[in-house]
Amino acid sequence: MVWETARLAIRAIFRNALRSFLTVLGIVIGVASVITMVTVGQGSSAQVTADVARLGTNILMVRPGRTAMGPPSNISGGAQPRSFTLRDVDRLIDAVPQIATAAPVSSGSTTVVAGGENHRTQITATDARYLEASDWPLALGRNFADAEARAGAAVCILGETVRQQIFGDADPVGQSLRLESLSCEVIGVLTARGASSFGSDQDDVLLMPIRTFQRRIVGNTDVGTIYVRVADGVATEDATTEITYLLRDLRRIGPAEEDDFSVLDMKQLASMLTQITGVLTGLLAAVAAVSLLVGGIGIMNIMLVSVTERTREIGIRLAVGAQSRQVLLQFLVEAVVLSLLGGILGSVVGLALAAVAAHFMAIPFTPDPVVVVMAFAFSALVGVLFGYFPARRAARLDPIEALRRE
Amino acid sequence: MAEDPPLIRLRGVTRVYGHGANEVRALDGIDLDIARGEFVAIMGPSGSGKSTALNVLGCLDRPTSGHYLFDGVEIAGLTQDQRALLRRHYLGFIFQGYNLLPRTSALDNVELPLIYKGLPRDERIARSLQALEMVGLKGRERHDPSELSGGQQQRVAIARALAGDPRVILADEPTGNLDTRRSVEIMDLLCRIRAERELTIVMVTHEDDMAAYADRVIWMVDGRISSDKRTGKAA
Ligand SMILES: Nc1ncnc2c1ncn2[C@@H]1O[C@H](COP(=O)(O)OP(=O)(O)OP(=O)(O)O)[C@@H](O)[C@H]1O
Ligand SMILES: [Mg+2]
Repeated sequence: MVWETARLAIRAIFRNALRSFLTVLGIVIGVASVITMVTVGQGSSAQVTADVARLGTNILMVRPGRTAMGPPSNISGGAQPRSFTLRDVDRLIDAVPQIATAAPVSSGSTTVVAGGENHRTQITATDARYLEASDWPLALGRNFADAEARAGAAVCILGETVRQQIFGDADPVGQSLRLESLSCEVIGVLTARGASSFGSDQDDVLLMPIRTFQRRIVGNTDVGTIYVRVADGVATEDATTEITYLLRDLRRIGPAEEDDFSVLDMKQLASMLTQITGVLTGLLAAVAAVSLLVGGIGIMNIMLVSVTERTREIGIRLAVGAQSRQVLLQFLVEAVVLSLLGGILGSVVGLALAAVAAHFMAIPFTPDPVVVVMAFAFSALVGVLFGYFPARRAARLDPIEALRRE
Repeated sequence: MAEDPPLIRLRGVTRVYGHGANEVRALDGIDLDIARGEFVAIMGPSGSGKSTALNVLGCLDRPTSGHYLFDGVEIAGLTQDQRALLRRHYLGFIFQGYNLLPRTSALDNVELPLIYKGLPRDERIARSLQALEMVGLKGRERHDPSELSGGQQQRVAIARALAGDPRVILADEPTGNLDTRRSVEIMDLLCRIRAERELTIVMVTHEDDMAAYADRVIWMVDGRISSDKRTGKAA
């Protein structure tokens, strides 16, 4: 009888093809949108989390000027904030035991030319400690030698994008290239890092000794940022405090004066980013919930429109000798089949859309079984709610009552 | 000969629709015995309660008060499921308005009661085809009700009632949409089956010609039986 009931249900599904199709469509839309949105949301969270991990939670950026975020500015008043010097970096390392390593960083942009190719990129002027401080290993070649750094030698290390643009897949180590008037030897290539959370290409960079940059390109002795790596097991807050004391002293800031520099803790940035993506994921989930609701209302409409016809059908079945539970079983099977169909199709469509979106947004595709299961549960709920419960009311009537419903 | 209990016995049956000022006493105290194998015609003006009486007899509806005994069993004492079993195994109903499943072929409609009887598929199909052939619908098995004329739909409804091989046929104007020739064919068919299977028939009709096939004609007026006459025809 169960098998027979299943057959009846399948027949009913095909008999009411349009209604069945619309019901499945409603479920597909609801389920697919939830899965897509939540999966994309989780993918971007995962991306941010990975970026943050790579950024390191034990990195401090010390910059002139008072703003904690954004470019150093002098809005707060008066003179341009004093830059750091290379001596400041050495003193920090010597005097603050919480610092594992630190590197000076100045930035500029330039056009790289070699063998007829040219490419505009970002210069990160630093010294040999940068690779360790930023935890960025080399793919090819070697780091700056101390002598090169001190002497301001014309050497450089390329990011992967620059290498691709200028040299393609060839090994550039030992080749030379031109940065405006400066001829520079390539001594290494950085490993590829990909895009940052903000969408910029981290590999579009060229490292050179900061002294070379100061003397040959900008013509001053300024250090834009000090990149500090805090020793393992030390709270970044403690290191921040120590650095602040020392710099206030070095820069002769009076007790009543405010700092003319700032220490940016990557951990704070990380938690801010995480918070932002959390909000975004929440928003996406809310949008998805709305589409679920819309899908559900669509299904409800279809079911309500057909409730008269279904009631009559139930009346006929009861009249020819069906017991109410047989009718109900049929309607339940019908509802379950439609919701499963909708749930499966919706999951496939949702995951496919999420995969495509992940590809184009360059974020990881992280399908979450919990989301799929929840979307499924929803589709089952909708099917049963709108397919089964109206049927249950009708099946309790005397057959003639059910037949008379208009 | 010892008095068997009649197959159908109604005592003081009423069926009241609505309340208060809107109250309609569609059945107003019906006493009726119908013996096994009898062919009873119910006649009467429109609105006199014929369909209501037939629905009660068919266990599609329940009396507001009074007793309905089927083969000695009080229907009021049965559960919904037991009444369903009674309909399934003993009763075949032909509705005034056909009540066929829409978008469902004639064959599938006729097969419906057989599914609930639990017959194997082959037998269901064979019996359904046979029933459709008996009512003259051979070749129309795959047609939906929407593709059939009113008379053809009516005959599908008749085939559906007959296919289940019931003990009692309850027919509400079964020939209302048929021309005379078809009506006669259907009545002949009913009488033949009745002779073969000791079928009991209760039929509502407006036509004297049809009523003439019955052993007994009951007249209803305003929810009451106003006359109950044997036609000279049967024993
Ligand atoms: N569901 C209902 N609600 C209220 N009144 C009803 C209902 N069904 C029938 N009636 C009333 O009960 C009375 C008997 O109706 P019934 O359908 O039994 O008449 P009938 O003899 O079959 O008429 P016809 O020959 O036109 O088919 C009528 O007055 C009708 O208005
Ligand atoms: Mg009637």
